[in-house]
Amino acid sequence: MNNIDSYRRRFLSGIGVVAGATAAVSIAPGVFLRDVQAKPADQPISSKVRWGMLIDINKLEDGGDACIAACKKEHGWGEEEHSNDEQKAQWIRKVKVTEKLTGHSFSLPVMCQHCETPPCVDVCPTGASMKRADGIVQVNKHICIGCRYCMMACPYKARSFVHETLIDQLPDTPRGKGTVESCNMCVNRVDEGKNPACVDAAPHALLFGDLNDPESPISQALKKYGGSQIRADLGLNTGVRYWGI
Amino acid sequence: MATKAIFSEVKNNGIGYWGILGLLGLLVLGGLASALYMEHHGHYVTGMNNQIVWGMPHVFAIFLIVASSGAANVATVGTVFGKKVYQPLGRLSAFLAAALLIGGLLILLLDLGDMAHVIEMGYGYLNFKSIFAWNMILYSGFIAILAVYLWTMMARSKTPRSLYYPVGVLNMIWRFLLTMGTGSILGWLVARQYYDAAILAPLFIIASYVFGTALNILLVMATYKLTGRELGDAVLNRLRYSLAIFIALTMFFEFMRHLTNLYATEHHGIEAFILSGEFSGMFWFGEVFIGAVVPMFLIWCRFLKNNRTALATAAILAVLGGFFFVYVNLIGGQSYPLIMFPNAEVSSSYFDGAVNQYSSTFPEFMLGVGGFALSIAIVVFGMKILRLTPVSLADSVVDPHYKND
Repeated sequence: MNNIDSYRRRFLSGIGVVAGATAAVSIAPGVFLRDVQAKPADQPISSKVRWGMLIDINKLEDGGDACIAACKKEHGWGEEEHSNDEQKAQWIRKVKVTEKLTGHSFSLPVMCQHCETPPCVDVCPTGASMKRADGIVQVNKHICIGCRYCMMACPYKARSFVHETLIDQLPDTPRGKGTVESCNMCVNRVDEGKNPACVDAAPHALLFGDLNDPESPISQALKKYGGSQIRADLGLNTGVRYWGI
Repeated sequence: MATKAIFSEVKNNGIGYWGILGLLGLLVLGGLASALYMEHHGHYVTGMNNQIVWGMPHVFAIFLIVASSGAANVATVGTVFGKKVYQPLGRLSAFLAAALLIGGLLILLLDLGDMAHVIEMGYGYLNFKSIFAWNMILYSGFIAILAVYLWTMMARSKTPRSLYYPVGVLNMIWRFLLTMGTGSILGWLVARQYYDAAILAPLFIIASYVFGTALNILLVMATYKLTGRELGDAVLNRLRYSLAIFIALTMFFEFMRHLTNLYATEHHGIEAFILSGEFSGMFWFGEVFIGAVVPMFLIWCRFLKNNRTALATAAILAVLGGFFFVYVNLIGGQSYPLIMFPNAEVSSSYFDGAVNQYSSTFPEFMLGVGGFALSIAIVVFGMKILRLTPVSLADSVVDPHYKND
């Protein structure tokens, strides 16, 4: 990050403090983008919070391309040199769906859905595939043995295996050969009180916030208009919800 | 120990014995070299990818682990059900089981993305909701039980011999749990169309009897042929007919599984894929015809009664069919796309909605072969240093009342 960026960030966050409230951007009448507070670094993650995301695919004109690009930039996946297309990591991808009977077609970004009861966590022999107290599902790279059982178990095909040695990984995103990885809802950013990268890439269509707080914009929006889960039949109570699918 | 058979080490010392061991050793080295190659470069040198995450090494590993459990069944029948005909084969059966398990587990271990992290599990990083974690306990426990079981069969003193029956019962129960656990690795996966079925546990249990019995038959026939010892029809025919019955039972479970799937609309896609699509050849020709119909014919055709070539062929085909069984389940089940949006065409850069292609590369295939070779090498070597095999399995020794009519 260059000096101007960090200056701008301090300046903008200063405005937020001066405003005496959390940053709030209008997405629809009565619906705000987020009201997330940074967690002090010396405090443990609390289960009082459950992070979630609402994606309005009708407002995502590009089907999520900008989100995908932002995720790539944030975490540095997808540039594996030796791996073929089937082996390259994809933390988030754009899925095109066309209903066979009606011909109705839409595109949506799909990544880890941050289930309340994640099958990937159930099956992991070491506990590397884990859910944080605040609902974020991710892989602990230090104890992942690379058995890929979580990839067999995930109903959303959200996980990738690193098929080769990596160098120059980004400091906030530990990645390594022989371990499994997936969307971690940008824990590094969330813990600093920021939005996940994809949300910032399409703030008009993505809403991030605390599902446990009934007053949070995301909870309000979901209460008012509902929100669909992919494979709701599995009863996984996903943290990622969609409008328009 | 109830049997009165006389056991001895294999006395062969010629070029034949050491040649076999040397050949197996070369294959083991090939497997090790492949594992090192994969470990050094990463899994991009394999045919496995983010769609087909478990490939050929897992086909071999699952086959060997399932076969291991079944291989010990010969000992169980002798101990728990008191069938004296089986008792002389108990030692070899239990030893074979341990060897197969070691080979299978080593393949799994060497395929892991990060073997070094396995050490962390020793520090308590075990998730007991994972059937994988349970299996690690079940597998290592099985080897320990087999060791004690062998001791009760081979020891001369009274105490271990008095444990022969209880350890045999424990071994049988443990095997049930172990194969149930192996079947449940796939059976408890809610995400995938071909898995997520309780029937996979009993299906794997009964399939284990097929693989294990077939391998016992082949091992006994080869050993007695190469050592020039007498092998009568009494013991062989017991194994022969139990093999055919186990095959028939496996087919029954397979039949019920597909029938149940065919009843549910949500499974029509995967059933069409396996039964009439890309995997239909492997399923119908490999698993059903080669692995079941032909062996059952070779065993039950009355013109082939006591025909050893027919029996050996049947056992080889049952083993081959076993590999097809595992391959269709494992690779077929992964090849079929995940259904996230029913009744819709789905596509993405991550191969959503696409049938996933897999072809094994040489190193991963070699890793599997190396593991299998290690299992056989352990048995061949074990026979040389331990009294695993009876000096004679002639009808007069095994069952004096046996009438071959």
